[in-house]
Amino acid sequence: MTASTSSLQASASLPRWFSPAVLVGAFTIAMSTLTLSGFSEEGGGTNLAAVAVLGYLLYMLITFVSSRAVEGRRKSVDRMVTGLVTAAFTLAVVPLLSLTYTVVSNGLARLDGTFFSNSMRNVVGEGGGALHAIVGTLELTGIATLISVPVGIMSAIYLVEYGRGRLAKLVTFFVDVMTGIPSIVAGLFAFTLFLVILGPANAINGLAGAVSLSVLMIPVVIRATEEMLKIVPNELREASYALGVPKWLTIIKVVIPTALAGIATGVIIAIARVIGETAPLLLAAGFTASMNYNPLSDKMMTLPVFVYTSFANQGVDAQAYIDRSWAGALTLMIIVMVLNLVARVISKVFSPKG
Amino acid sequence: MASTDSKKTVTRLGDRIFSRSATFAGASILLTLAAVAFFLFLQAWPALLPDADFSGKAEDGPFAYVAPFVFGTLYGSLIALAIATPLAIGIALYISHYAPRRFSQALGYVVDLLAAIPSVVYGLWGILVLAPFLTPSYRWLNENLGWIPFFDGQVSATGRTMLTVAVVLAIMILPIMAAIIREVFLQTPKLHEEAALALGATRWEMIRMAVLPFGRPGIISAMMLGLGRALGETMAVAMVLSPASVISFALLTSQNPNTIAANIALQFPESGGDYRSMLIGTGLMLFLITMVINMIARYIISRRAEFSGAN
Repeated sequence: MTASTSSLQASASLPRWFSPAVLVGAFTIAMSTLTLSGFSEEGGGTNLAAVAVLGYLLYMLITFVSSRAVEGRRKSVDRMVTGLVTAAFTLAVVPLLSLTYTVVSNGLARLDGTFFSNSMRNVVGEGGGALHAIVGTLELTGIATLISVPVGIMSAIYLVEYGRGRLAKLVTFFVDVMTGIPSIVAGLFAFTLFLVILGPANAINGLAGAVSLSVLMIPVVIRATEEMLKIVPNELREASYALGVPKWLTIIKVVIPTALAGIATGVIIAIARVIGETAPLLLAAGFTASMNYNPLSDKMMTLPVFVYTSFANQGVDAQAYIDRSWAGALTLMIIVMVLNLVARVISKVFSPKG
Repeated sequence: MASTDSKKTVTRLGDRIFSRSATFAGASILLTLAAVAFFLFLQAWPALLPDADFSGKAEDGPFAYVAPFVFGTLYGSLIALAIATPLAIGIALYISHYAPRRFSQALGYVVDLLAAIPSVVYGLWGILVLAPFLTPSYRWLNENLGWIPFFDGQVSATGRTMLTVAVVLAIMILPIMAAIIREVFLQTPKLHEEAALALGATRWEMIRMAVLPFGRPGIISAMMLGLGRALGETMAVAMVLSPASVISFALLTSQNPNTIAANIALQFPESGGDYRSMLIGTGLMLFLITMVINMIARYIISRRAEFSGAN
């Protein structure tokens, strides 16, 4: 470091109001410049973005030059990085806001009683609903949960309570790898599995969809449960052993109840993650316009696939299909957000108080 | 953990059943992964036979058919990674070292919300909101920077281009990357940071000297995991991209190489016979590519056992 500059100069710094003032100034200049130069031909959103970009560049330039002059090179670089890092975060929030806004504003149009009480059978153009898709999503996610939770929890118990040696290391490693399986591959797997078992005529059904979801869900459940089991204090186990309780009863009666809230949170987060999966269900469960309550035979519609097919296969009244698609997307978002919220509440309320 | 079961304990029947079934559940993970590879291979095999009939959809054989998709998958994902990496580092730094302490957890939650949004919703947003929004800037790029091969060619009027797809993918992989990098940054030894500050370093100099060197393996593995996510992402690509069977580096045209996953999603529902087998084969290739990348990433993470990158 070149610390040879005098201490007097090093302590010189820009006043606290400098940054906000420059920020406001830069954006005012940017807005007026663009308005005066008649940039507005491209439409509202682009204009706003142009103002933001120009204003930001101006802000960075002014800050850099004045900080360099007053505070020296090192402080000015520091201010630049602060600007960049803050901009990166802001940039990440923009799509979240835009997405939420568009889904809500476009989805509300068709979020009515018909949407929740009708299927798409014999519907052309307006009307119709997503009842068949909602029923399908609930059933498939339910079955996937029934498969994943026992397997996931038992695997986690194996990893934490029993696992030693090579097998445990291997399982830990491949659980991590399994979280990265592309969802479409899970769909292909379930399809080929049922193709071999049931033959080409019956391969696509609700159960196949549920199996593909389980492949994606199990590693998430394992990870969450494992984390929770690991933080159960060892003293509890030892106290139970000291009373002569066998190990398996200790796990069932002591370890699992202690970690239950955390496990429930993890399971709900896992459900929220797979409930929006589209690609595997498109392949393994197919799509249909009719109600189907039986997951063991025939194609089954689900909400994400409903969103996709409504958009991809637009009929004569295209806007009606797009509206239904948005309404489906909004329903899906609401379900996911509610699940996340419930998970958060459970972990807040039931977390062990220190 | 629970190392108290010594040689003296009497093995009860319940114990034996329980530990066996736990071990079986653990082993079933390995079985599942093996089954995925096995069943995909089983069904893909007919497409590799010389007399395979693709009903006119792949005249030059399966490998010529899949080549543009492999290219498209890698190309789109790498651009997405190039966009997402600096942003993810910035977000992670902001949350770990810049944001006020009180808010940092809430801000992390906001970024995690991006990960909770289903990919089909991203697809809808990408094609109906983002693509039209980006189109004017594409025209600008083409007019002013058209001499760069990436921006050359006839600009797509709909915005359904490779670059739009890469932006959507970048947004989708941001949360997991930011979360992993944030975890590593937070684990920087406090003493290193305070030592740097005590020597008179500015915040950026402290980060450059203490945080970034410590976090480098975390950044690399986050990149690998992000890449793995981007490679396998299906619906957003299938909905946004205007696909063609070409190998092209042009980012702004309507002739884009499709990705493996999106191609399967678009073609599979109406396929049959050997053509379907070939699609399954492309799925197997995707599975192997992502497996390798994930394994490398996990290996890098597991060498630093202090943190787990899962979730």
